[in-house]
Amino acid sequence: MARDMSDKDILKMELEQLQKEVKNTREPVSKTAKEICEWVEAQSAEDPLIKGVPEDKNPFKEKGGCIIT
Amino acid sequence: MGEIEQMKKEAEALKTQIEAARKAVHDTDMASAASGVAPAPRVQLKTRRTLKGHLAKIYAMHWSTDNRLMVSASQDGKLLIWDSHSGNKVNAVPLKSSWVMTCAYAPSGNLVASGGLDNMCTVYNLKTPVIKTVKELDAHTGYLSCARFLSDTEVLTASGDTTCALWDLETGKQKTVFLNHVGDCMCLSLSPDMNSFVSGACDSLAKLWDIRDGQCKQTFLGHTSDINAISFYPGGNAIITGSDDCTCKMYDLRADQEVISYQDAALNSGVTSLALSMSGRLIFAGYDDFNCNIWDSLKGEKVGVLSGHDNRVSCTGVPPDGMCVCTGSWDSFLKIWN
Repeated sequence: MARDMSDKDILKMELEQLQKEVKNTREPVSKTAKEICEWVEAQSAEDPLIKGVPEDKNPFKEKGGCIIT
Repeated sequence: MGEIEQMKKEAEALKTQIEAARKAVHDTDMASAASGVAPAPRVQLKTRRTLKGHLAKIYAMHWSTDNRLMVSASQDGKLLIWDSHSGNKVNAVPLKSSWVMTCAYAPSGNLVASGGLDNMCTVYNLKTPVIKTVKELDAHTGYLSCARFLSDTEVLTASGDTTCALWDLETGKQKTVFLNHVGDCMCLSLSPDMNSFVSGACDSLAKLWDIRDGQCKQTFLGHTSDINAISFYPGGNAIITGSDDCTCKMYDLRADQEVISYQDAALNSGVTSLALSMSGRLIFAGYDDFNCNIWDSLKGEKVGVLSGHDNRVSCTGVPPDGMCVCTGSWDSFLKIWN
């Protein structure tokens, strides 16, 4: 729908958005990044793709071959 | 000064102000903040299943919340529902239009959706004795690039018409239109709390939206080309994007800016798709060069690669329990790795 808009209308839309966003609060990266690291580290212990999936618990393990007797 | 010139001047001033505000809180970056974090182990995953059944390029796949079933979409004109454990096809849904670009599984497991160059999102009921079309969501004026169910009654779509939309599945009508991008919307991702979503577009911007009030709350700059893939970080405080500029980026929502870029001088293929491991530590990014690279999301280092497809990796997905990663390709195969 931005295609149907005139250049002036698009500019007005962008300007109004910037007027809103300039008011956003922003927290220091040192605080926010640290919290993300802590969250991820806590979860990583249980992340199957990091700790590995034991063969006997792996629903995707290769299926056994057939033995023809 | 003409009105347009006046508006341009004001917009430039605001952009400068916002950039300064972002710089003011940029007292470090993610890689530095993560310097104390133990490195992720070298990740070597094996192909456990190769799912063969599609007859043409696969464009999309999506896991069911049951961690077992998944839906894939191909330009052979079919959606296939797979049991990933057995590798068997459970259902095939023939599509009215074969130009499909996206597919989605409802959290309930009852419905799937698809859409593409027909500009529509078609919703199918998998639980009726014969799979039936439940609704055709028809109002976008451009292709459907991505669809996601919030529930059995609400769907979010992203479109080449530059908008995203929230649809009521009972009426088949758009409840909310999210208009702010100035380029085709290519991807969307729902927040873990389902109150917001992020979109990526060909205007090289990612935007955060409030689902209920329809407003764009934040805009993320940094990419220099189309954003083809986007995902919320599991904790909900960051997003990861993948772009035709060959990089992936993490944007921190509370600091309102890019905090790390995942790139390599040797990589000169666009990113087509991405998925995160359960903790968010690993990013699986599919590229045009047929590979899926694995990135350590905190340290920004490449820790592995999934090679095995004979054509572009077009889609990736990790089920909610994080037990594997699925890659889908233009070579018509899906692979499951862990």
